[in-house]
Amino acid sequence: MTEPLPLAQSIRRLEEIVRALEADDTDLDQSLALFEEGVALLRSARGRLEEAEVRVQQVLEDAAGEIRLGDLDA
Amino acid sequence: MTEELRALSVAEVVDTLRRAIEGSLGQVWVKGEIGELKVNQSGHWFFTLRDADCSIRCAMWATYARRARVVPPPGTEVYMLARPDFWAERGELRMTAVTVLPTAGVGDAQLELQRVREALAADGLFDPSRKRALPRFPRRVAIVTSLDGAALHDMVTVARRRWPARIVVVRSVVQGEAAERALVHALTMVNRLKADVCVVGRGGGSKDDLSAFNLEKVCRAIAAVKVPVVTAVGHQTDFTLADMVADARAATPSAAMELVLPDRNEVLRLLGSIGSHLGKALGRRTRLVRERLYRTEDRLSRAITDALYERRRALDHATAKLDALSPLRVLARGYAVARGDDGRVLRRTADFETGKRFNLRVSDGDVPAKAE
Repeated sequence: MTEPLPLAQSIRRLEEIVRALEADDTDLDQSLALFEEGVALLRSARGRLEEAEVRVQQVLEDAAGEIRLGDLDA
Repeated sequence: MTEELRALSVAEVVDTLRRAIEGSLGQVWVKGEIGELKVNQSGHWFFTLRDADCSIRCAMWATYARRARVVPPPGTEVYMLARPDFWAERGELRMTAVTVLPTAGVGDAQLELQRVREALAADGLFDPSRKRALPRFPRRVAIVTSLDGAALHDMVTVARRRWPARIVVVRSVVQGEAAERALVHALTMVNRLKADVCVVGRGGGSKDDLSAFNLEKVCRAIAAVKVPVVTAVGHQTDFTLADMVADARAATPSAAMELVLPDRNEVLRLLGSIGSHLGKALGRRTRLVRERLYRTEDRLSRAITDALYERRRALDHATAKLDALSPLRVLARGYAVARGDDGRVLRRTADFETGKRFNLRVSDGDVPAKAE
């Protein structure tokens, strides 16, 4: 499975798609493909935003200076 | 025979002296009394600084002189932050100052603050062009703070309300003796965390408690963080050097999180509006295509009708012409054509031998006939 696009990139792509659809030089097949891509992006961005939760971790460092992350109640 | 004396050139002497002088002290605080002081037209200060037995010529360039609130009158005791240099053209020793502060009411802490401020400014760490934009949708926020007090809890509360980021806390002592090392270490650690943005937070406190954020090493560590840094170390009115080095400053830790995190609901609204734009744009696109199709269809059928009409007319015309030329038309007017048995047309009297049978073609058929 491919990693979903980060939100900033998704929104940039969505804005591109809207611009392309609003331009008169896109042909219909291409428009439909763009529209489908846009709807999929929207759905995934919205889903991620609605489902994601804040996660709080803290950096733990061992004697050798190696770091790892541990969950933190806050 | 005399050997030429080995002599140094003036330039060599000046150069050697300059290097010796400029390498001797570096930038230092000097305490003394202002002697004569002149401000020239460009705003540069030229003055002497003296004590009981000695004096030295000094200059402060307009860039720095402009920051002084008052021009100290002769006799004022001042602290001067300056470095020695050697003015080659005149062969004169001079102190070049960046700050001159009357000693009245100035403590050591203020002098150190001033020194650090000048050092950071000289390295361009306060330049507006250094300020980086905060990321629009951060996924990972590093927070450098202590776990004492409510600051972290407040920040997490804001995050829960606004934006589902991952928060990575780098614990640090933020006040007292240990703060300098701890903060520098924590800030260095941030660069290993793949964070999108960093908040250096601390609740309010007495003014002394903020002093760690005026330390040169801490400020330089903030400048060295590879992602944008937001400080939230004081209150509305407290301003630290760390605030000036950071990419953005917030009055409180909560305010810093508000600054760093977008509002989930606003972004959902933005997504909704993009969605409706998308729908409208596609609708418009298909409507345009449909209209174009209709227009094309219209033109096509008109073109075909026109073409058919043209051909029809041409055909009628040709028919009429053909009709006029038809031999049948001649027969209709009462002429007749005689043909022999072999079908040859008989045109002259010589063609009609007596008793010869032939066919006479009239308008509505053939009549058998015989020559007499």
